Amino acid sequence: MADSTAQASRSRDLDKLLLRPGHLVGPNFEPGPELRDDLQEYAKVLVVGAGGLGCELLKDLALSGFRNLEVIDMDRIEVSNLNRQFLFRLQDVGKPKAEVAAKRVMERVAGVNIVPHFCRIEDKELDFYNDFNIIVLGLDSIEARSYINAVACGFLEYDSDDNPREETVKPMVDGGTEGFKGHARVIVPGVTPCFECTIWLFPPQVKFPLCTLAETPRTAAHCIEYAHLIKWDEVHSGKTFDPDIPEHMQWVYSEAVKRAELFGIPGVTYSLTQGVVKNIIPAIASTNAIISAACALETLKIASGCSKTLSNYLTYNGVEGLHTKVTEFVKDKDCLVCGPGILVELDTSVTLRKFIDLLEEHPQLLLSRASVTHRGKNLYMQAPPVLEEMTRSNLDLPLFDLMDKIPKDVVHVTGMASKSDRKISSLRKLRVVFRNVDGVADMDTAGGA
Amino acid sequence: MAEPKTKYDRQLRIWGEQGQAALEKASICLLNCGPTGSETLKNLVLGGIGSITVIDGSKVEVGDLGNNFMVDESSVGKSKAKCVCAFLQELNDAVKAKFIEEYPETLIETNPSFFSQFTLVVATQLVEESMVKLDRICREANVMLIFARSYGLTGFVRVSVKEHTVIESKPDHFLDDLRLNSPWPELRSFAETIDLNVADSVVHKHTPYVIILLKVADEWAKTHGGSLPSTWEEKKEFKELIRARMRAMDEDNYKEAVEASFKVFAPRGISSNLQHIINDSRADVDSNSSDFWVMVAALKEFIANEGRGETPLEGSIPDMTSSTELYVNLQKIYQAKAEADFFVIEQSVRNILKKIGRDPDSISKTMIKSFCKNARKLTVCRYRLLEDEFNSPVLPELQKYLTDEDYSIAVGFYILLRAVDRFATNYNSFPGQFDGEMDEDISRLKITAVGLLSDLGCNGSTLTEDLINEMCRYGAAELHAVAAFIGGIASQEVIKLITRQFVPMSGTFIFNGIDHKSQLLSL
Repeated sequence: MADSTAQASRSRDLDKLLLRPGHLVGPNFEPGPELRDDLQEYAKVLVVGAGGLGCELLKDLALSGFRNLEVIDMDRIEVSNLNRQFLFRLQDVGKPKAEVAAKRVMERVAGVNIVPHFCRIEDKELDFYNDFNIIVLGLDSIEARSYINAVACGFLEYDSDDNPREETVKPMVDGGTEGFKGHARVIVPGVTPCFECTIWLFPPQVKFPLCTLAETPRTAAHCIEYAHLIKWDEVHSGKTFDPDIPEHMQWVYSEAVKRAELFGIPGVTYSLTQGVVKNIIPAIASTNAIISAACALETLKIASGCSKTLSNYLTYNGVEGLHTKVTEFVKDKDCLVCGPGILVELDTSVTLRKFIDLLEEHPQLLLSRASVTHRGKNLYMQAPPVLEEMTRSNLDLPLFDLMDKIPKDVVHVTGMASKSDRKISSLRKLRVVFRNVDGVADMDTAGGA
Repeated sequence: MAEPKTKYDRQLRIWGEQGQAALEKASICLLNCGPTGSETLKNLVLGGIGSITVIDGSKVEVGDLGNNFMVDESSVGKSKAKCVCAFLQELNDAVKAKFIEEYPETLIETNPSFFSQFTLVVATQLVEESMVKLDRICREANVMLIFARSYGLTGFVRVSVKEHTVIESKPDHFLDDLRLNSPWPELRSFAETIDLNVADSVVHKHTPYVIILLKVADEWAKTHGGSLPSTWEEKKEFKELIRARMRAMDEDNYKEAVEASFKVFAPRGISSNLQHIINDSRADVDSNSSDFWVMVAALKEFIANEGRGETPLEGSIPDMTSSTELYVNLQKIYQAKAEADFFVIEQSVRNILKKIGRDPDSISKTMIKSFCKNARKLTVCRYRLLEDEFNSPVLPELQKYLTDEDYSIAVGFYILLRAVDRFATNYNSFPGQFDGEMDEDISRLKITAVGLLSDLGCNGSTLTEDLINEMCRYGAAELHAVAAFIGGIASQEVIKLITRQFVPMSGTFIFNGIDHKSQLLSL
């Protein structure tokens, strides 16, 4: 009996969506049991972050037909996570988030395999990321989003007409929350705007001018930042301030109180001190649940085609009533990250060392301490020391030779980029073209890779 | 047990200790603990809600393992309410969790007084008939109610409360209360003690923009027969007057003054929203009036008399470029005025309480203070009875939605979510619930939907074939991701209702999981 088998299946509800044809679906939707089985067997999804969004995402994806999941997070569980990161218990405090989250979901959802990675996102080889069909981001920092975005966009190749090659497109689904507000977005590199195309959506945090802190404090936050940024260094010469050491925080708090009393400024509390110093973003379970659910649903749709996809940015605001809005942002065609790549023209004699120096001077890149890879091969690695030693001898060889004398190809470089007086870890894709090589008559229109 | 302050730190920063205390006092009843209900409660249990009671009469089936995280293999065949309750308890031992193995429909039919013990009822996956009955029960018992339902790639959330009043609505962007358009005497005389032409350049660049604007406005009024700039040209000229006083490019206080100059031109008096509230018949108070309306009555008197058309002053000022001394002094002047206004309101509240036969001290000072501080942001939400909406929706709105492209999918789902319940009444299953009857179900659902539309007074309106098809394809599936979304929204609204902070949603939220163009329908 068809009905009774359907009722006995774990996939009872999901089957309705995956096995039945529809009219409001994705262009490549092929409903049937094979679709469900393929999703279980072959689709590989990476969840970046095992915090408030990550915990929800792992649960949602495990219950949306995915069985091959991996999760990466460098953090350990803290008590203040427990009001929303529902996979963690008090006795888990101090353990790696990725490991506990993976274990808890596997315990409850039979058949799901989740591989945890307790490390920084930059610690993984680029190839690690290429292994996934979809990357889902549950992060709270712009820098980390930017990095993963650059990695995923780095796999993108363009054909000779500057259209993205479908097999190199690595879709991402990104979520973010703050208090009662959040966003979910779908990034299909080369098709929809990437994180960098719309970086203006995330304005940099405003910092207080040092002279205000030193001379004309007016608010409690000014007093706290004075203690944190100025007084600490004056008193503790050489000792770095660590926000995770309670004695350090206590010291900053009591100094801030003294300063506030001196100037007659109200409002310095221990809680505010922590908030200002650690730049704490308020977070609650419900908003994370809403945003993660939207992200997981979009992941399922991208993987299966069972419905149209979000195009391409959803915002949610629950402060005053309930507002959701979909905005279709457009791609920046000159984007350094998801575009065809910055064109660098070189003579065939340029050594790898010289090339690395050029990256630092290049006005669009300003990339220092660069490591270079070509088609998955490490040409030069700054770290770890073993790899540095192994690749050091390449530095004095011509890049042209190291690239197997291919006249035009894509090279990936990672290093520290200067961005508004700060250095951040960045990955860039470059189109390297060698001058005066036979067989490349028209370099500008030659294919990407 | 963890130190609650640390555990709840990230949410205490949003709703404070008062909000948290309200949550910890609340008792929530959940009807049906499929994924929609389970996920709603999960979010509340994590946040430290006082107590939960899970009501569900069904046993866990294998199919439930695919959409509900709160049950696992060992639960199959056992009471769903019991299994879900046990898992939820694991999340937070500070919450009192219990369950009753009973179908909600039975309780609604046989034991309506059962619901009056709760602060709020979350009713999930109920059909229309039960929703309407429960709505009446809760309305009479004065129990807050939220409906939530997930259905394929759609679903809805609807709040049902007779009246919800909010003092701390905490809007994101709200104009500060500086009164630059109508300064009171103390503020004026403080400004008079400051000389904008001071020789010392350090003092010049540390004069707060509030003072700059007051002085320039004063200067303007003297040459314009006592009035402030009103036309576009005048406003432009006013800004030029400020710029002309700038001595160096780095005088941030003057830049701030130019940017904030609109505060001088802003209209005086109260917003239309507040006007509505003070004109509400509930502001004519008697012994049955709530504290909120007693304070509104006092506010109304204040606006008409001492306030001369304005609310009590909020009393806080935004940060601005200034010397510490001037800033702190300015702060004190605003605080003093706020304190004086509060005192007037407090007396008035006490008098009104006495007049209506209540203890004059029955509303706390803290409460009145918070009321005064938030007077401009007061919010009143009212919700129609579900039965009224279902029998006589606001027709012009419904017709507008049916013809508006932005609303077409959402309103289509709204009609279809009701149509599937009618369908189920007639055919004993939801459309597309079983394979093999698809074609027949599609045409039956179409007829049902058209019939419903015509009952609502929308003769001739139809829904697209694609959407009707889609609804049958869903076959009443409760997908986990959709349930987590709907449950997330429901829990968010519970928090707002219980903490009495922020503003709960109005109307009916229709989830559109196809392209996420969800909508709120005010019917």
